[in-house]
Amino acid sequence: MVKKVVVTFTAGSAGRSLTYELIKKYDIMLSIIKADIDAGRNGKLVLELDADEDHIRQAIEYMENCGVEVSPLENKIKYDNTRCISCGACTSSCLSGALSIQAPDWKVVFDPDKCIVCRHCVTACPLKLFSTDFAG
Amino acid sequence: MAKTYEEINEKIRKGKAVVLTAEEVSEMARTMSPKEILGKVDVVTTATFGAMCSSGAFLNFGHANPPIRMERIELNGVPVSGGLAAVDTFVGATDCNVQNPTYGGAHVIEDLIAGKDVMLEAWGKGTECYPRKHIRTLISLKDINEAIMCNPRNAYQNYNVAVNTSDRLLHTYMGALLPNLRNASYSSAGELSPLLNDPECRTIGLGTRIFLCGAKGYVVWNGTQFNCSKPLNEHGVPMGNARTLALMGEMREMSTEFMRGAYFEKYGVTMYVGVGVPIPVLDEDMAARVSIRNSQIDTFIEDYGDGCKLIGQVNYEQLRSGEIEFMGRKIHTAPLSSLAKARQIADILKGWIQRGEFELTAPVRPMPTGTSLNGLEKRL
Repeated sequence: MVKKVVVTFTAGSAGRSLTYELIKKYDIMLSIIKADIDAGRNGKLVLELDADEDHIRQAIEYMENCGVEVSPLENKIKYDNTRCISCGACTSSCLSGALSIQAPDWKVVFDPDKCIVCRHCVTACPLKLFSTDFAG
Repeated sequence: MAKTYEEINEKIRKGKAVVLTAEEVSEMARTMSPKEILGKVDVVTTATFGAMCSSGAFLNFGHANPPIRMERIELNGVPVSGGLAAVDTFVGATDCNVQNPTYGGAHVIEDLIAGKDVMLEAWGKGTECYPRKHIRTLISLKDINEAIMCNPRNAYQNYNVAVNTSDRLLHTYMGALLPNLRNASYSSAGELSPLLNDPECRTIGLGTRIFLCGAKGYVVWNGTQFNCSKPLNEHGVPMGNARTLALMGEMREMSTEFMRGAYFEKYGVTMYVGVGVPIPVLDEDMAARVSIRNSQIDTFIEDYGDGCKLIGQVNYEQLRSGEIEFMGRKIHTAPLSSLAKARQIADILKGWIQRGEFELTAPVRPMPTGTSLNGLEKRL
């Protein structure tokens, strides 16, 4: 299975090579989709973890034991779909295909599994319905 | 076989009028001739829900005691017109305070329609008859006098498709245009759009009763930039930005379901406006007009990355497929106006007419013919 998570770490927990451990210990095929690390070494990573379910679960437990916070990506992208008018403006610049609009009902659909946190939707939405924890 | 407005209205009053949406009639036209459609259908409902910057509202606040001649006015911090008598104003949809550019006149109008309190602050120089110089208070639609939406240019007949051939990201009123032709942005409701179903305005004129943001509103004039000179395609559809409508309606009957304040990044504030226009099927010609399909509606491709040059042509069926082939590339297409909302509006208007709650109006005056657009010449 493929799972996208947001890993939030503080200066204290960033000393280890987490990604190396994830690959070596848990046999995870790992892609870093986005990294947002400040000068004090606090930061966020968006990781795509590709492995069987057990290994992914163990890997997440391992990261949490290292003192980093792990959240599913969909919890980190906020989309207020109750106010959405389905104009489709967000889908125009969403090249990952996470946001789509099509026949028959022409309503905007958000698939967080495809999101790469490019943040184009945050600026593209005329009603400002998207927000993320990431810097622009 | 032709029908009059009065004959159609008589059927509406008896609950016997046959009403279809423009999409339904376009589907019907695949197997039926205009003559057969004329025999079966009385009214076709059209609609659009898009960003329309040339929109706004007239408000009358009522007089305070002692009274003030409001010469500078702000609503929720947004400067609005101080140029209309003592306590009238016009809130332009794109009015905004540069300190807070993402909230503007359209959002003030949305807040009022939502029933919220809005902060009114106004200043005057003080006169013999209007001695007060300043006032700061809350207003809402419950306590002011008139609140009339008045939109000088809505419901554009067709509109160019926006692309960007340059190598930098552009933020425009057509949305974010990615560099090197990565996306194309279109805004018309296609075969559901009002002025594409009556391209020469045979039935839409001054006094036409319509759906405006949930209210029963009216076409009050030809819209600004009303342009009859655009080239026609083989199906009689004007290509690119052509005719427009000026619309008015009572704000207290409106709903934020069908209007929204909006902000386009690095462009500014605009207003999403929901418009529905009923079109009577008077004769075979009108039956043929309302049968128009997306594949028959062409528009130009405009390059916002290179001086707004027209660089191609495409139809709405191709645009709706999600991808067009252009200049040897596959380009992702996306709408800017809500087809889902436009369909909802066309259905509501259909229901009003079927239930006898909404009769059709013949134009008091037809729309102009032979108009074209002037540019602004710099004479100094």
